Amino acid sequence: MTTRRQFLKVSAAVGGGLLIGFRFGAPETARAAAGGAASGDGADVFEPNAWIEMHANGRNVLTISGSEMGQGAMTVIPMMIAEELDLPWADFDTRFAPADPVYANPALGGQVTGGSATVRGFYTQLREVGASARELLVRAAANRWGVPVSELRTEPGVVVHTASGRQAEYRDLVADAAGLEPPEEVFTKSPDQFRLIGKPTKRLDSPQKTTGQADFGIDARPENVLKASIARCPVFGGTLKSVDAAKARQAANVVDVIEMERGVAVLARDWWSADQARGLLSIEWDEGDLADLDDAAIEAQFRDGVASGGKPARREGRGAEALGEGENTVRATYRLPYLAHTTMEPMNATASVHDGGVTVWVPTQAQGSVQQAAAEVAGVSKDKVVVHTTFLGGGFGRRFETDFVREAVELSKQVGRPVQVIWSRPDDVQHDFYRPAAYNELAATLGDDGLPRAWVHRIAGPSIWSRVAPGMVKDGIDPAAVEGAADHPYQIEHIDVSYARVDPGIPVGFWRSVGHSQNAFVVESFLDELARKAGADPVEYRRRLLKADARERGVLDRAAEMADWGGEVPEGRARGVAVAKSFGSYCAQVAEVSIENGMPRVHRVWAAIDCGIAVNPAGVERQVHSAIAYGLTAALFGRISIKNGRVQQQNFNDYQALRMDQMPTVDVSIVDTGNAPGGVGEPGLPPIAPAVANALAGLTGKPVRELPIELDDTA
Amino acid sequence: MATLTLNGRPMTLEVADDMPLLWAIRDYVGLTGTKFGCGAGLCGACTVHVDGKAARSCVTPVASVDGKDVTTIEGLSSAGDHPVQLAWVAEDAPQCGYCQSGQIMQAAALLADTPDPSDADIDRAMQGNICRCGTYNQIRAAIKHAAAVNTVGRDGEEVSA
Repeated sequence: MTTRRQFLKVSAAVGGGLLIGFRFGAPETARAAAGGAASGDGADVFEPNAWIEMHANGRNVLTISGSEMGQGAMTVIPMMIAEELDLPWADFDTRFAPADPVYANPALGGQVTGGSATVRGFYTQLREVGASARELLVRAAANRWGVPVSELRTEPGVVVHTASGRQAEYRDLVADAAGLEPPEEVFTKSPDQFRLIGKPTKRLDSPQKTTGQADFGIDARPENVLKASIARCPVFGGTLKSVDAAKARQAANVVDVIEMERGVAVLARDWWSADQARGLLSIEWDEGDLADLDDAAIEAQFRDGVASGGKPARREGRGAEALGEGENTVRATYRLPYLAHTTMEPMNATASVHDGGVTVWVPTQAQGSVQQAAAEVAGVSKDKVVVHTTFLGGGFGRRFETDFVREAVELSKQVGRPVQVIWSRPDDVQHDFYRPAAYNELAATLGDDGLPRAWVHRIAGPSIWSRVAPGMVKDGIDPAAVEGAADHPYQIEHIDVSYARVDPGIPVGFWRSVGHSQNAFVVESFLDELARKAGADPVEYRRRLLKADARERGVLDRAAEMADWGGEVPEGRARGVAVAKSFGSYCAQVAEVSIENGMPRVHRVWAAIDCGIAVNPAGVERQVHSAIAYGLTAALFGRISIKNGRVQQQNFNDYQALRMDQMPTVDVSIVDTGNAPGGVGEPGLPPIAPAVANALAGLTGKPVRELPIELDDTA
Repeated sequence: MATLTLNGRPMTLEVADDMPLLWAIRDYVGLTGTKFGCGAGLCGACTVHVDGKAARSCVTPVASVDGKDVTTIEGLSSAGDHPVQLAWVAEDAPQCGYCQSGQIMQAAALLADTPDPSDADIDRAMQGNICRCGTYNQIRAAIKHAAAVNTVGRDGEEVSA
């Protein structure tokens, strides 16, 4: 039971409708945006701050308050609402929410889709949204029939008077319900009453996505739109010195060439013509301060950072002072590269700057940031920016950024027409906000029992939060840089983890599972080194280091059981294990690996995940597959290298992605602990690289201390 | 310029000969189901059928399809009910969905040639199509599902979709 005094709002929609949502004050633009996207029958009376819209003709519309980037928001958000509303599955249409603070994810405090937070952030709020609507429908029936509410129950789509068997469909009650005062108390179901939550449920967007009908950002086509391809300085931080655009201007279908601070845009009737003409530009760049930067210089900066000692991220016992108090001390250096995101849909945005405002069509993970960015560039107030969120052809953290939005707005403002900016794949690879590179020095001393007594981990690398939200960085510690390293669950008497912020100037940003994508590899691989030194089984070694009630144990045991850990392994193959907690969930994986033609081949992965209540188990399973594929891509291939201040890679030939024939068989088991929902989109990623690395170490006898895995270099 | 049949409809594309078919389809015909992913034939997102064979439209000059029969995802079936499309939905295969038009066109071409493909056949046919969401296992299941529907369907038995 939850009390939501003053937060619930009911108002009439045209045709006798019921509209319920939390009310935090409604900006007018959001109202217009929602109205524009709604049923079209009198949008001016609709409140925007709502998830539920029910009409007397039986049409229901649910608002999707999270971006759909493949993780299943468009399916799981309705599941949570419909569960409590007792709405028949899937008797509703959906629309993506406009930019409005009301749609802020409660776990994130902003309208952001990320941090594996859609379910865990909205779980309580959206069930209350559904339950409060249901409550009013029940009351409407009670009033009509002159019976107490307590004698009524709901079945999907109907209110039932239990004693008489009398029924009323929701559609026949919405007009009455619309006139009722909102409930002050909301009752939500107990999990044993769930009809939808916990049931494997197929995606609602598959029909659109199998017929070419799903509209992504790149498919936006406002009338009169121009397509733009932008040449950007290949060196980070560089600016435009001069350009000779004479040839480009004469090229077929080209409408305009526009100089920007950091680039030159060619605008044409079609994107290919724009991109071809871009190749005709003669540009001189001011390459700026980073023109000499390369990987060696970056590594030197990282080493200096570690040598400087950094800032303490965690200290237990006597920390590093206890190092060497035992016969076996193991030391290792672990390195991870910068990584690009390479979403399948290249970065793009479409903007129309018009009298009094801006309209943006964009695949984004951060509607609020888009609104802010567009307002800044266009020189209008935020409430004059309407954001249409499309499907996202992948997000992975890249679409948290707004650089591509700024470009589209700037160009539309200059040219006075709608403009769609589309990045080529090389643009996308070479102008990303990269997963930070990291340099790690580790040392551990084992006690007589073979377990570590002292654990020292020195991290050097760039800081994401210093740019995105500097307030997140406290006492020099960027939480994203040390997550999974400073808070690892292993019980060790003396722990010393430190972080030195080193920023070589390469832009960095969120990348699926963020710091966990690095630190799980480092911690879990180094732990295996210690287990080997101690001659211990890696699963048993971990169990001995985990508290008895650690949720890591549950997934570790389940994964080991699934894989028949300790049982027979096919010849030429070896298995590795890793476990990691991230985003409120726990995941353990066992990977079975061989070496074929000098390359690692991952045959099979057994994955156990404890994500608390699994709202859509089918979605959970697929996200684990997905995270494994994304993490395996990084483990096997992912490296952005820098030379002369430039990214060396440019497309899927030299920045490879896992392909069909490289995808392992994956078995997923959900460990049901009944805990509150944890994240799902990311937690499947951190364990895969160390599980594979540990398996390879079993095959070669050499630890893997750097990603991507290069077997010849392991030492 | 090229005169061709697109999704069963004769038409003339009045664009430069070297414009990739992808952009002619997207920016001039206005069919957006075919996706841009790499511009270099490396990812398969732009896969269409040219005379029934899978082709990467991002590296297929318009002039080269003159007189040919081109099918995009929009033309694969009239109601989204091609066996491959139905299998994709049944196996809950898409995630972000961006690559899936290309995956489906590639799979449909595979099944047209090889009605009952082995895992190796699937690997060979599909390895040019990247999915960054990692739906490969679901795609494999969907291809087998579609193959089973086709195969069993010929024997008159029923297969649930």
